[in-house]
Amino acid sequence: MKNYEQTLLELAQADERIIVMTAENRAAIRNLPNLLPGRFIDTGITEQTMVGAAAGLALRGRVPVLHALATFLTLRAFEFVRTDVGIGGLPVKLVGGVPGFLSDGNGPTHQAIEDVSLMRGIPGFHVFCPADEEELVLALPQIINSPNPTYIRHNALKTVAGYEHEPFEIGKAEVRRTSESATHQDVAILVYGFLLREAWEAKARLEAEGLSVRLVNVRMPKPIDVDAVLSAARETSLLVTVEDHFLTGGLFSIVSETLVRHGQTADVLPIALEERWFKPALLPDVLRYEGFTGEQIAARILERLPVHA
Amino acid sequence: MTQEEIEQLEEMALRVREHIVRLSTDGGCFTGASLSCADLIVYLYNRVLNVGPHNFDAPDRDYLFLSKGHDVPALYGTFVELGWLAAERLRHHLKTDDFIYWHPNRHIPGIEFHSGSLGHLPSVAVGVAMECKLRGLNNRIVVITGDGELDEGTVWEALLVAQAKKLDNLLFIVDRNHFQANIRTEELIPLEPLAPKFEAFGARVRRVDGHDFAALEAGLGELSGSDGSGQPAVLIADTVRGRGLPSIQERADRWFCNFTHEEVAELLEELHGQRQATIASEALIVR
Repeated sequence: MKNYEQTLLELAQADERIIVMTAENRAAIRNLPNLLPGRFIDTGITEQTMVGAAAGLALRGRVPVLHALATFLTLRAFEFVRTDVGIGGLPVKLVGGVPGFLSDGNGPTHQAIEDVSLMRGIPGFHVFCPADEEELVLALPQIINSPNPTYIRHNALKTVAGYEHEPFEIGKAEVRRTSESATHQDVAILVYGFLLREAWEAKARLEAEGLSVRLVNVRMPKPIDVDAVLSAARETSLLVTVEDHFLTGGLFSIVSETLVRHGQTADVLPIALEERWFKPALLPDVLRYEGFTGEQIAARILERLPVHA
Repeated sequence: MTQEEIEQLEEMALRVREHIVRLSTDGGCFTGASLSCADLIVYLYNRVLNVGPHNFDAPDRDYLFLSKGHDVPALYGTFVELGWLAAERLRHHLKTDDFIYWHPNRHIPGIEFHSGSLGHLPSVAVGVAMECKLRGLNNRIVVITGDGELDEGTVWEALLVAQAKKLDNLLFIVDRNHFQANIRTEELIPLEPLAPKFEAFGARVRRVDGHDFAALEAGLGELSGSDGSGQPAVLIADTVRGRGLPSIQERADRWFCNFTHEEVAELLEELHGQRQATIASEALIVR
């Protein structure tokens, strides 16, 4: 499988519009400076200037792909993203590094757990949260060619074991069912980003308990796949949203808004960060401490489903 | 520049000031800040910038970014005088049927980018300047900032990046009218000595009287674009807030003005040196 950096390089080599930028965070693009002469721009530790300059480059017909830590890109530079890129309606692509739990031991300063909420609030913005690098690579050509400004929650975890992605389409979720023929399932788990791995494990554990499960890899919290949300609500007994994000403004909010807007109700179990930052530690320990392992997610769902209580 | 050319610029600048005064009613506008940069803007479009409706789509044309966006009446007035914008449209100021409001936006041909939040367009201009360099062009990218705007750290951040990327095609012009919104800069956040600050950031700097066309010509003559120095240029233009209207000139409380129609009529006479207006309208203080 090609990685993100190779894919971006190939896209850039084939398309002169693409400019790779960073505010001195080269983790995902460390080999590109010499391979893209003139079209690799490191502005130093200046997230705001990088975003403003990207708007200027886009004004001249370029498609800048920006790299910085997710928290600084979405928070420090927020007004530049909203005002220069957003109001400008410019095709700037923001790649936020180590979002959510992936910032593991850094602490709250580095925890981008309101990024989906902030970025989806800007008119015209798309938000893409790949489950793994395979999905990121799969989607990259469409994301870069889209005229919309897009926030990408970067994810360098290689693949989810035993999970094969379907082709990518902007605004479409990816759905897996216990039985493809049965319409109704006991529970639907909606998830984005690397937590698909844990949700995938939770699905297997619930199936071992005799439950039928629909797993919805949301892929893009915006534009949300309305049909995927509504049919999951209609055709299951419990909706579960799983996200390494504040409860406010993320997937739980998006699902709630979608249901209300379409006059549907559902029993919803949100698994998110409620009114607090998470405990800094190495990723596996963060997951366990915060209750986001596949095993813990399955246990919380079993608790909630009356028939299995 | 001949005396005749100078007089032509002065005449145009006077007409631009008339437009600004006429926009200062029925909701008003940022009169004081617009009057301080009227000469600068008239000068740039007539004598420096290679841009106009004939070449808006040309990749090698020049750019002017108005980062202190609240002075956009000076730009509208100049566009009308240059024949780029129908004078009739200024009557739609603050009306929902057009796009003429307190800050610039790209619905008006000739306006390069929207602004209003201070400290943004220096970085946008850095991006445009980098793109032009990438194409090997020698066009000029000019950004007008306010002096109060220099409080914003992103102006200096953009300048750091500009010198690092050797953007000698980039020119910052500071409309140094010595006022923030409602307080003198030196009383709140002192900026002087200003030229050495820019020099320390690696810029070529000149300081001139921003109402004197000959001085502007001389100052900018020493700050040519893409001169191979790799240094961005900065022109500090010393100006007077409310320039042309003694009754509101250099007053901390006459930044945003919303005059009555009678006051506008008196101010238009004052602009032509006929009499001093008596202004009763309440001043807007933004603090």
